[in-house]
Amino acid sequence: MTTEVTNAPDKAVQGAFNPQSTAVSDQLPGHYPPPSATFEATTISAQVAPSSTGDAGLPPETLIDMYRHLALARALDERMWQLNRSGTAAFIVSGQGHEGAQVGAGFALERGIDFLLPYYRDLALSLVFGLSATDVMMAALARAPDPTSGGRQMPAHYGSARLNIITSSSPVATQIPHAVGIAYAARMRKTGAVAIACFGEGGSSKGDFHESCNFAAIHKLPVIFFCENNNYAISVPVEEQVSIEHVADRAAAYGFPGVVVDGTDVLAVYQVIKDAAERARKGEGPTLVEAKVYRFQPHTSDDDDRTYRDPDEVKAWRARDPLAQFEARLRDLGVLDDEQVARIRSDINREVDHATDAAEQAPYPDSSTFDRHVYADR
Amino acid sequence: MAQLQDQVTMAPATAVAEREDAPQKSFIDAIHDTLADEMRADDRIVLLGEDVGRRGGVFRVTAGLLDEFGPERVIDTPLAESCIIGSAIGMALNGLRPIAEIQFLDFIHSAMDQIMSEAAKIRYRSNNDFACPLVIRVPFGGGVHGALYHSQSIEAMFVHTPGLRVLAPAFPADAAGLLRAAIRGDDPVLFLEHKKMYRAIKGPVPTGDFEAPIGKARVVQEGTDVTIIAYGMMVHEALKAVSVVAEETGVSVELIDLRSLKPLDEDCLVQSAKKTGKVLVVTEANEACSVASEVAATVGEEAFAYLDAPVMRLAAPDVPAMPFSPPLEHAFLVDAEKIGAALRRLISY
Repeated sequence: MTTEVTNAPDKAVQGAFNPQSTAVSDQLPGHYPPPSATFEATTISAQVAPSSTGDAGLPPETLIDMYRHLALARALDERMWQLNRSGTAAFIVSGQGHEGAQVGAGFALERGIDFLLPYYRDLALSLVFGLSATDVMMAALARAPDPTSGGRQMPAHYGSARLNIITSSSPVATQIPHAVGIAYAARMRKTGAVAIACFGEGGSSKGDFHESCNFAAIHKLPVIFFCENNNYAISVPVEEQVSIEHVADRAAAYGFPGVVVDGTDVLAVYQVIKDAAERARKGEGPTLVEAKVYRFQPHTSDDDDRTYRDPDEVKAWRARDPLAQFEARLRDLGVLDDEQVARIRSDINREVDHATDAAEQAPYPDSSTFDRHVYADR
Repeated sequence: MAQLQDQVTMAPATAVAEREDAPQKSFIDAIHDTLADEMRADDRIVLLGEDVGRRGGVFRVTAGLLDEFGPERVIDTPLAESCIIGSAIGMALNGLRPIAEIQFLDFIHSAMDQIMSEAAKIRYRSNNDFACPLVIRVPFGGGVHGALYHSQSIEAMFVHTPGLRVLAPAFPADAAGLLRAAIRGDDPVLFLEHKKMYRAIKGPVPTGDFEAPIGKARVVQEGTDVTIIAYGMMVHEALKAVSVVAEETGVSVELIDLRSLKPLDEDCLVQSAKKTGKVLVVTEANEACSVASEVAATVGEEAFAYLDAPVMRLAAPDVPAMPFSPPLEHAFLVDAEKIGAALRRLISY
């Protein structure tokens, strides 16, 4: 078939490249290779990251800070469920089970320089990027001081210009092309920033994911595609979402590395994201990282997961709780002991209590402000 | 009709008579030159879209810009409209001033999530923490044998979306002035370029750094007996119709070019309706929930007591899109003849 393509136009065979020309358009690639009938096979598979061992080279104070963020995310999440079930919080989205992967990823990035494009499960990542427990509670209870949206968005739609957390919406995967554009601008402006776009395995089915991988690969952009694969898109199991073993296998088709990592292993995720960020900063382009996690709670406070998954399955995954695993690791390393754990937990409880009180006492937005900020001048 | 055809290029010159000593430019050159001028003045501006680089756009609007500004600022994108708009939003969120081109308005549907749910809502949903300074340039409209998928006028969907601005200039000077205002603004703008006007419409364009006001209509021709409100190519079709019907009937017609579909210049429309008492609104889009419907409702609500006839809409029929074969295209498309017929009906009401 291909041997018949001998009557291709001259331009196609010779190429548009003209060494005499100074025009930019003539210096760009844009010529076909000579016709050929030989093609090389490609291998489509992701790498699997090794489990972490030891302290991953991190000092004790960093490890403790990671633990503190993980435990704070869990405690805030649990408090929001209580507030929902007691009728105080109208709606919540839970990230329980994802926190280990998120804390590992967040600590591997340069906070203050890099950009986070979160989705609604990224409570722990948003905390690592600088949102406070009080910020989160203000949003959960839709109060005026909510810095993420002033009470306009549903809870869990994180965002803060000051913290480089990009405002997010509810249709899944729409933030992924934003990350690509942010990475393009970062490279053009030479800020050295990396953008990380987070989404679930459900979001990986969207065109925005595929279009973004393609564009980012073409331009070798400093972006990390971070898939938090928790096995369920609301109720639909991963087997009915993708036909391949790993979402990260997709990366090879776009021409960049894909890495699968145990998302309950905080330090393994840390290492993978650190490597991906380094690649990105060196101009080597994007990486697709798939962290295998599990969603311990229903999709949201309006969901009932007993209608589509076996409670024993949840129980089995809870045995691999990233919080418990990380705490055990730090105890093994001698970084944490009973006394320190008790003190951190007590501090966190106080912090969550304080955040809840502050939000409950904060005013709702004034109804007269509902039509503000539609445009710059209105 | 031959006599009417000649007036296509004549009309804009008289319409912007106050600037008739300015250099004449085609509609396409007015847009091209404004893009180039703004890119020279502001290195945050990047262009992205399908074929905008090497080819200079399928209509050649961006011809030469790749050579002048380089491939980092003039990006030939993959054929993925959602990613064109989505990545442009990201650029806007990180300090650039992107100008995205969607090759035809007919191809914009796959980017609707990014335009309507993202770009339009970023400022509001973040309580003013983020802004999205983004211009989306799009050729639209029919009458060029573009058939169902190179002719659509679906601007009403965007007019229905708070957070966006929607512009559709009819004259080269307004194309330049409004595009400059859009680029310099801090909000997302859909900038509609009627593809039939690119080379058919010429007119004076002031030199130098001028902006046209977003949200202000242009009174193309003052009159006292009946008002026609139109935009895009329909302004030029209306001009042809008016010259014939006015001569034939002696009726004084006021013609208003909306220029800005969102926001609408309600004051201008209502004042004209109060003055003439009869209003014909023309669009080449489908009628239901169209810009013409919005104008008619506005005039009906604000000028009811002054009206001498129901507000009349003239729009494309309730048919999915423009057919290809010339007689079918002619039957679908609103033109000077149909506007003339509607105008006579309204005059005799």
